[in-house]
Amino acid sequence: MFQRLTDPSRKPVSFRFEGQEIEGAEGDTVAAALLAAGITSLKDAPASGSPRSPYCMMGVCFECLVEIDGAGHQQACLIPIREGMDVRRHLAVQNIGEAVAGDTQ
Amino acid sequence: MSTEMDVVVIGAGPAGMAAAAAAARAGASVAVLDEQPAPGGQIYRAVEAVQRNRPADMSFMGPAYAHGTKVTEAFRAVRTDYRPGATVWHIGAFGKGKRRDVVLSRAGVAETISASHVVIATGALERPVPIPRWTLPGVMSVGAVQSALKTSGIYPSGKLVLAGSGPLMLQLAAQLIAAHVPIEAIVDTTPPGGLARAFFHLPFAFISGETLLKGLQLRKTVMNSGVPIYSGASHLAAHGEGKLSSLSFTSEGRDITLDADVVALHEGVIPNTQLSRLVDAEHRWNDVQRCFHPVTDQWGETTEPGVYVTGDGGGIAGGLAAERSGTITGLAIARRLGLMEDSARDLVVEEQRLRRFIDSAIRGFLDRYYPAPSWIGVAADDVVLCRCEEVTAGQLREAMAHGCSGPNQAKSFLRCGMGPCQGRMCANSVTEVMAAQSGASPDQIGAFRIRPPAKPVTLAEVASLDAG
Ligand code: FES
Repeated sequence: MFQRLTDPSRKPVSFRFEGQEIEGAEGDTVAAALLAAGITSLKDAPASGSPRSPYCMMGVCFECLVEIDGAGHQQACLIPIREGMDVRRHLAVQNIGEAVAGDTQ
Repeated sequence: MSTEMDVVVIGAGPAGMAAAAAAARAGASVAVLDEQPAPGGQIYRAVEAVQRNRPADMSFMGPAYAHGTKVTEAFRAVRTDYRPGATVWHIGAFGKGKRRDVVLSRAGVAETISASHVVIATGALERPVPIPRWTLPGVMSVGAVQSALKTSGIYPSGKLVLAGSGPLMLQLAAQLIAAHVPIEAIVDTTPPGGLARAFFHLPFAFISGETLLKGLQLRKTVMNSGVPIYSGASHLAAHGEGKLSSLSFTSEGRDITLDADVVALHEGVIPNTQLSRLVDAEHRWNDVQRCFHPVTDQWGETTEPGVYVTGDGGGIAGGLAAERSGTITGLAIARRLGLMEDSARDLVVEEQRLRRFIDSAIRGFLDRYYPAPSWIGVAADDVVLCRCEEVTAGQLREAMAHGCSGPNQAKSFLRCGMGPCQGRMCANSVTEVMAAQSGASPDQIGAFRIRPPAKPVTLAEVASLDAG
């Protein structure tokens, strides 16, 4: 769905998504590197389980939540990729079980 | 861990950088907390990295973006405690109106900074555009496509349709065209008759001459590009199974469907009021821009003493005006900290006000030429408003029929606004729908109350606070 514009001298950085090796470029956010690698959906909606893709790329919509190196609820569009990072999808069930929404009223 | 500071600035866009620089230059101790890995905010996102690593790309990003280099340089030249990658999730009052605790997380570890002055400079977000099936993968915002271009130099490779209205969409179109990225079509939802609508505001637009010229240049680039433009479009709907496959709409009396892999939506920007709501500051509805903004005085101070909102977060005026507002707020704080005299402050403030007037004089024209959408309040029943909890406009209306009287009740009725985004993506639409349905004004309806944590945090992060 996304493609790289130029192939500058940016250093390649490799990380894993769901165990699969992905190569991004230095400075990429996790979300951007995944989009460029053809992976569009990073999580499922908690209620219906339907796939979602990053909507805002600026930290607002939370449609890019992933697990990074074991820590859940990370916004993939805000976090730069690092060599060897282990990124995983949030599954619908997991979302419900772990949801830490701010408002409990 | 806890630190004491004179000032905490939240957000490192043009307003936050300018406020921090002005206060720090006068001698204040200033912490700057920002979610992004580098300064610039959304408007100048990743500008340092583009300049450094992909200088060739600066050419198609345009002059408005290039200005960001100057702003970030000025910010870097001043000593502040700048912390990128920091998420603020609570601002607690402590000692009645005297100092405030700003609680943040960085890389999963929470800490507190206490300050006598807190500046919220979290800017704007794009107005969420709730069209049918906008949750399908492939539907994004114009800002999202632009962000991906800025931070990573990536662009949609399939059939790309830009759909909506406003200067940002025009800017992205011009950038893509300059970068030779094919655009399938532009579906322009600006209602016809823009010049007539905005006529009386045109003279003021000439005051912001440079901005007006840049805008006309963008328009010319897009018009001459050969990209098909469907004007006066309405009734947009996304279609697809599991992912986007097409966009349908009505344009000039015709029903049209276009195949699309990516649709980028845009209907202007609105203030990000999450943190000003969190501190319980008073907000008011702007009927022209159709959004809430915090009530602030001439220095940017909210109704909560010691808490300021500066830049687009206080009301949409644009990036250049935000820079001026930031400087004014920073100087006001320096004065209150006893670091400068009234006369020294006023000397700079008067100049900044004049510049801000020039920079933002075009706003009235833009607001009428590209009017805020009037249809969100009457969105069809099956349209999802709250993406996180998948609550539709119809469910909200039904809840109202059962006695749900405001956005905060809608949370308990429907869990609307209670997912991970905590209402960021539906607050505006919920107010619109409830106002339209009840006949009450948006001010009467109000918006979600925001409770801490303002961003999802883990129990481990909360626990790390006590450990420090
Ligand atoms: S894509 Fe919206 S929060 Fe990351």
